[in-house]
This record gives sequence, C-alpha cells and structure tokens, in this order.
Amino acid sequence: MIMSPAKTLSRFRDESTRFLHAVARIFFGNARSALGTSVLLFFILLGIFGPLLFPYSSEIDVTSQLLRPSIEHPFGTDLWGRDVFRQIVVGTSDVLSIAFLSALFSVAIAMILGMLAGMVGGIFDKTILFITNVFLTIPSLPVFLILAALFTVDNPVTFASILSVFSWAGMCRAIRAQIISLKERDFIQICRVMKMSNVHIIFKELLPNVGSYILINFIIVMKNAITGSVGLMLLGVASFEPTNWGAILTTAKNSGALINPNSYMWLFAPILSIAVFQLGVILLSKGLDDTFNPRLRVM
Amino acid sequence: MEKFKSFLRHLRMFLFKYRYFFMKLGIALLTLGAVVILSFILIVNMPGTVIDAFAMQLSVERRISLDQAYILATQMLNYDPDAPILERFSVYLGQLLQGNLGVSIKNSAKSVNLILRELLPRTLFVSSIALTISFLLGTTVGSRTIWRRKSFGARALDGYIVVSNAVPDYIVALILITVFAFNLGWFPNQGAYNALLDPGFNIIFILSLLYFAFLPISAHVFSQMSFWSMQMQGSALGVLGEDYINAARARGLPEKIIIRKYLKRNAMLPLVTQLAISFGVMFGGAPLMESIFNYPGIGQAFSQAIAERDYYVVQGILLFVSVIVIGVNLVADTIYSLIDPRIRRSA
Repeated sequence: MIMSPAKTLSRFRDESTRFLHAVARIFFGNARSALGTSVLLFFILLGIFGPLLFPYSSEIDVTSQLLRPSIEHPFGTDLWGRDVFRQIVVGTSDVLSIAFLSALFSVAIAMILGMLAGMVGGIFDKTILFITNVFLTIPSLPVFLILAALFTVDNPVTFASILSVFSWAGMCRAIRAQIISLKERDFIQICRVMKMSNVHIIFKELLPNVGSYILINFIIVMKNAITGSVGLMLLGVASFEPTNWGAILTTAKNSGALINPNSYMWLFAPILSIAVFQLGVILLSKGLDDTFNPRLRVM
Repeated sequence: MEKFKSFLRHLRMFLFKYRYFFMKLGIALLTLGAVVILSFILIVNMPGTVIDAFAMQLSVERRISLDQAYILATQMLNYDPDAPILERFSVYLGQLLQGNLGVSIKNSAKSVNLILRELLPRTLFVSSIALTISFLLGTTVGSRTIWRRKSFGARALDGYIVVSNAVPDYIVALILITVFAFNLGWFPNQGAYNALLDPGFNIIFILSLLYFAFLPISAHVFSQMSFWSMQMQGSALGVLGEDYINAARARGLPEKIIIRKYLKRNAMLPLVTQLAISFGVMFGGAPLMESIFNYPGIGQAFSQAIAERDYYVVQGILLFVSVIVIGVNLVADTIYSLIDPRIRRSA
C-alpha cells in the first residue's frame, strides 16, 4: 500500500505531536520535574545567550574594587573591579559542558560494560564486576587529584574524562543487575524462541526498559560532576577557565573573601549558582523517578 | 591417615561455611593489588627531573658531589629510573612489604610513615566522631519519619535531604568557616588543638581537640546525616510491610516501642555495610575538607603534596588510605554476614 504524501505528512505530524506530548508529560508531568526542567532550561539558555546579553570584559578597574551589590552590579564586583554577575553568566557554559560531557562519558561506559556483562555472563561478567568493585572501593577524590596533577587539565573534554573515570562504576553494576533480571523475563525468552537477533533484543527490548534508569542517572552524574569539578578547582589543580563557578569561588576564597564582609557576595554568588543548579537537577531526577516508578507514588 | 582425612573434611566444611568471608577476602586482596599497581604507575610516570631535583637538594644539604647524591637519592627512594620495569616493581613491592611507604622528595627528613603516624589520628578522630553522630541521628530521624509520611517532621526532613544533597560538603564547610570562625569568631579557623597546651591524655587537652574539630565534624554531619536518614527510610519502608509489624500493631503495642524495637532494629541491619562506604567517602573527601578548615590531618598533607608534586607522599598516602578503606569494607561485610546469617548462604 502506498500512502499519499499528504497522508504521510499528517501521520508524521501525529507521531511527532504524540512524541512531543510524551516528552512534555515526562518532564512537566509533576511539580518536581517541571521545576527541575525549568531550572535546567534556564541555565542552558543562560549559557547560550547570556554572554550575548551581558558581555564580560576581564579588564581590571581599580576604581570599582569590591563594590557591594547594586543595580549595575547585581552580585557586586571582585577584587579587580570586575562584575561578578557577568562572570557567573559567562562561566555557565563551561560548567554545563563539563557536567554534560562527564555524564555522557560515564553513561556510555556504564551502559556498554553493564549491558555486555549482563548479556554475555561467565568470566567476562566476573571480570567486569571485579573491576567495578575496585573502582567503588578506592576513594575517588584522591585519584581525581592525582589524575588532574598528572594530566594537565586545560579543556572541558579532559576534565570531563577525568571526572568520569570514577562515576561509571556504580551505574554499571546497577545496569548489569537489571539486565540479568530482565533476561529471565518472559518477553525476552519469547524473543529468543522467535530467534530474534541480539541487536533487536538489546536495542528494542532491553534498552527501553533500562532507559528511564539511565536518564535519571545521567542527571545524577551531571550533579556529581559539578560537585567534583568545583572541589578539584578549590584544591587548585584544575582552574583553567577563570569564569567557571568553581574558579570564581577559588579566587574569592584565596583573595580573603572569607574574612572581608564587603566581598561576601563575591563568595556567595558562585555558591548560590551551584546550589540552585544542583537543586534543579535533584528535583528533576526525583520527578522523573516519580514518573517512571509509579510504585513510589503510593507512599 | 584417618585423622588426616577427617582434618581435610573439617577444613572443607570450614571453608564452605565461611565461603562468603573468603570470597570477600579474595576480592579485598585483589583490590589491594590494583591499588598497588596504580601507585606504582604514579611513580613510573613521574617526570625524570624529580629525581634530579631531589639529588641536587641532597648534594647541597649533605655537601656531597652531584653523582654521589644521585646514587644516594636512588637508594633513599629505592627507585632507579634506569632499571627494567619488572625489577623496579619488585623493589617497590619489597619496600611496601617491609612497611616502608617512601620518603618525601621535598624534605628528605620526612618519611611517609612519619607523616601518617603524626596526622592519621587526627583524621580518624574527626571522621569517626562524625560518622557515629550522623549514623545515630540519621537512623533515628529516618525511622521516626517513615511512620507518618505526612507529618511536619517528615516534610522538614525531606526538605533538608534535598538541600543537603544540592550543597556539596565542602561548600557547607566554606559557609561554616566564614560564618562561625572568621565572622563571629566562635571557633578557631585553623589547627587541631590549642598550641599553648601540652599534648597529653587530660581533659583540658581533649576538650581543646573537640573544640578545634567542632566545625569539621559539623560539616561532615550535615552532609552525611541526610545519607543515613535516606538509607534508613528506604530500608524501613521494606520492614514496614512485614507481618511482625502488623502483628505488633494488632497487639496494641505503643508506637514508640514498635519504632524502636521492631522497626529500627530490623531496618538497621542492612545499613552496616553502608558504614564502610560512608567512612570511605569521608576519608576520600578529607583532602578538601581539611584544606578548607586548615585542619592538619592526612587529607591536608595529601593535597599539599599534590600541589608540591611530591609524588612519594602522594602514593604513600593514597596507598595507606585505600588499605584502610578496603579493610573497613571487609570488616563491615564480615560483621554483616555474622549478624545476618542469610547473607552467607546467598553468596
């Protein structure tokens, strides 16, 4: 049967609106995920368009050192007279890209290893399980520190890869466990009896079932990546972008902002941005959890 | 012969009965091996100039020629960059087995063992107190609030959990030190005890230790307590549906007794293994926390060594901390299998 172009188009429109509805229901379906999504969208938009609206110049202006917050400088100025608010805006994209890349890398590693271990089983599974156990036992921050000192961190990609070295292990173990339990379910057994290809089983049957788990963890890894990256910057091993929130915080801390009441806003602005972002991310992950795991809603 | 056979049978039964423990022991040893290899990689990857600089420093200090100093340096560090890699590894391993973790290359008089002996008790002091407080508080709060999900306390706890998850522990530390040490001046902003006091086992000195450790402990407790209450809620949720809770309710036992004796005790069992994880998190986070509070513990020494590129101190502390964390994990697993025999069979 050949469909007319108009029919195809309308069908495509139906499908895409249905898809958009589904996405909207997932992300705006309950109050928590709606709030979380809004916060995340706000920061993404800020990262893309913020620098255009609020251009930042790193020129030193000694006449406006450590000004208190005003209309012109909502978060005051730093020790060198530069606007803190604009630094935060410009740094957003750097923070977000580190978090996003790190989540991408760790989810990719965890998904590939976890699914392989669950599917293949045997000695391969045991080896992967052992490696994840090693990574879960060794304290991560010291090793981050060592890695950051060994490799010069000067771009978001290296930074994200260092951060994801340790964040995949827990997720990998959980994905493996889910795959193993799914493998024994009837619908997978039926697929096997019907001699469907492994590619079909993995991508059409298993992935959709662990998809929500992976999505939620993607968001949680983003949160952990920000915690880790700012921590490393505070220890002074990975400050390459001076407007990254962590770098602003570190500069403020090292320039005596802890003692001087005039510069509290300089110290507090990055803390506030980090906290709001993390809060949004946590709300989103909890909201998604509510949507995908309705068992919890009864509580 | 008969005796030998019965011995073998008993041995096999013994191994079988405690197979859970032996499996965990094996994994712990393998993990330890992985950490040793990781530390060795760190040493191998250090730039060659590090040893030259160390030799230079030695030759100035001891007034010897540069060649002699170089030989002395390789002997002190037990590391000869020109030897084949397997030989280097065996020398390294031999040193570790003798309990020698290496010397600082910035200060030849300071060995890693010395640093550990001096600073480890302080980090242990802070993290063990923080762990105890947050465990006790968190489990109590968690088991109380699971009973009535809609009460004010439960909602307040939910809010606190979200906030403490959003704010990393070191930011809590930064806020605490800014407000209570620098601004209000209620607590000291550096050090581990009052330098005017003689270190000793007396009440004044211990109080001084606690006073200086108050802010670090509070920061740890603030961020760890939410972890414990969350874990407790999750665990208690499972226990809540059990028949013995319903039976206790049907018998008309007061709510407090049910929570304390039926709910909390049963829900606490699986949390024992989490103790080790929490301990590991605290120990791993020490470099950051201690450098914010200027608390002279093992973590501050570690981050300082990283900043100074003092490779031997870095690998020594990493190795030692990992050994502690691995050991604590093993102990927790063993204790868990002892108090809950079901776990032994599932292995």
